[in-house]
Amino acid sequence: MTTAFHAGSTRSKSAFVAEASAWRWAARVAAVLPTAALVFVVAVLALKAYPAVKVNGTHFFTGSEWKIGSTYAPTVRTDGVAHPSGAAFGAWPLIAGTLQTSAIAVAIALPVSVGCAFALTERLPRWISRPLGFAIELLAGVPSVVLGLWGVLTFGPVLSRTVYPFIAHHLPTVPVLSFFKGTVGHGEGLLTGGLTLALMVVPIITATTADLFRQVPVLPKEGGEALGMTGYEVARRITLRWVRSGVVGATVLGLARALGETMALVLTVGAIFKLAPNVYSPMSTIAAAIATQLDSSLTDGTGFAVSSIAELALVLGVISVLVNLLARWIVLRTSFDGRPLRRAA
Amino acid sequence: MPGARRRRAYSALFRVGTVVSLLLVLSPALWLLAGVAARAVPHWQWSVLWTGLQGENGGLLGPILGTLVLMGGVLVIAGSVGVLAGIHLAGTVRTAKAGRGRRADSVATWLRIASDTLAGFPSIVLGYVGYVALVVGLHWGFSLLPALLVLSMMVIPYIAKATETALRQVPLGYREGAEALGMPTGFALRKVVLKSAAPGIVTGLLLALAIAGGETAPLLFTAEFSSTVWTGAFIHAHGFGYLTYIVYQYWSYPSAHANDLSYDAGLVLVVMVLLLLFTARLVVARTQRHAESRGR
Repeated sequence: MTTAFHAGSTRSKSAFVAEASAWRWAARVAAVLPTAALVFVVAVLALKAYPAVKVNGTHFFTGSEWKIGSTYAPTVRTDGVAHPSGAAFGAWPLIAGTLQTSAIAVAIALPVSVGCAFALTERLPRWISRPLGFAIELLAGVPSVVLGLWGVLTFGPVLSRTVYPFIAHHLPTVPVLSFFKGTVGHGEGLLTGGLTLALMVVPIITATTADLFRQVPVLPKEGGEALGMTGYEVARRITLRWVRSGVVGATVLGLARALGETMALVLTVGAIFKLAPNVYSPMSTIAAAIATQLDSSLTDGTGFAVSSIAELALVLGVISVLVNLLARWIVLRTSFDGRPLRRAA
Repeated sequence: MPGARRRRAYSALFRVGTVVSLLLVLSPALWLLAGVAARAVPHWQWSVLWTGLQGENGGLLGPILGTLVLMGGVLVIAGSVGVLAGIHLAGTVRTAKAGRGRRADSVATWLRIASDTLAGFPSIVLGYVGYVALVVGLHWGFSLLPALLVLSMMVIPYIAKATETALRQVPLGYREGAEALGMPTGFALRKVVLKSAAPGIVTGLLLALAIAGGETAPLLFTAEFSSTVWTGAFIHAHGFGYLTYIVYQYWSYPSAHANDLSYDAGLVLVVMVLLLLFTARLVVARTQRHAESRGR
């Protein structure tokens, strides 16, 4: 390295000064670019969605029909915005569908991921937990469209023949669980989508949680054991308590991923714009609707359908930004009382 | 206070639960890999890799090259911007009078929040914006450049974060030593700081490539699709082909050969991504062996 340095120093001093300021300015510009891109994205969405927001009003959030309207009949004007007659854009089933699939995914992924993280860091010997951890990491890398293809061709059909009828048959008819009863279908629907999504979220939460568990100091855990706590009590009252905020943060990031996922859901949920009557029925989400509707929206010469898609995209964008900020806030807020010693009396 | 028996039962239940949850993840993961392979392997022919695609016939040459071109483009655009952004966020070159102190740090914090927010944006929404602003707005048409820009927008935050983390792990002593020897800032950055942060940065780049290669949603409305091999046009190209589109569409086409192509494309994609992740893992493993002071 010394030789390289001397070779370099034969250049004039001003060349080095120029190089330093070039690095500094390039870095400064590059660091501003993501912010500029974010502003650009939000501005484009807002501009494009404005006519739709004006005409659709609150119906967008309550209505449950998504119709482009008649492209042959003469166009109608509402509030100065041209659109085909009979156009109706109600996104309630899509918004509800996005929340449903994500809720299923996170409800399953969270306990399973925490269990996996415990198994990987505390229970299994290193020679076996390392390759298993890598396998879970690889699962995160499988392209979502491949996961979706497997979901629609193999995973869904097999579940609908084996597991779904069993659940539907044996669950009691009480308020919440009755959503899991009724006809089982062929495996394209809410539950298949939610389970496929869970498979995508698990690696995210597991990787972060396992990392956090490794950072918990050994002494408090040994102290707990010396006091006669069982393995479960140490895990629940010391290890998990210690990193609680990090686990919550990872979960919310997984939720954000689930809300925005497109391809795995386009293929597995059946893409029907209706509220699912039971957990096995075909439905759709906002992201899947954007992917499947843009083509047909282009047939609307007034551009109103494309504008309504922009409103969908804006709603999805706002939801995911809020969820991301929530994750940040939770981690910041709880990172100081995450220590078990202050809370567990 | 629960009895000792109950506590022991809970503990046993917990032990079983951790192993069960591990199985709940690993068995579908294995099932997925086996399923992808089982659909592609029985009819697999190596010639798929170098035969051109004609409509629903032929092989995957165009789409494979297309995915590689996308990855290369992302490496150039997102790689340079992301690494530079990471250098700024880590504060490595913010040493001029104007860029020092609290105010610069709080600006960096805001830039970081914006970058994280962009990373959390659904990729389909970014694709839609690319369609509205670049494909239609600038009259670029479905082609390579809008696809590259949208993909880069997606992965720049990841690369910036990986670079920032890697730079922050470089011991302060290295930089102080370089300064004490009288090394110019830019020279020290290149030869000392970036060099020792290289493994972390390379890992981030490889992960970004894996994301870019496996993406579909933002490409549907920016690149659309074309079965021909890329002609070198960045805009006005009437579509640009890539592998994930074949997986997404060809499985539902009526012809059996098209379905087979879809499964083949899935297998090629999985192998490509696994190779990238495996390389990333090797980079990490190799460097951890040499640096005994680092690592957990």
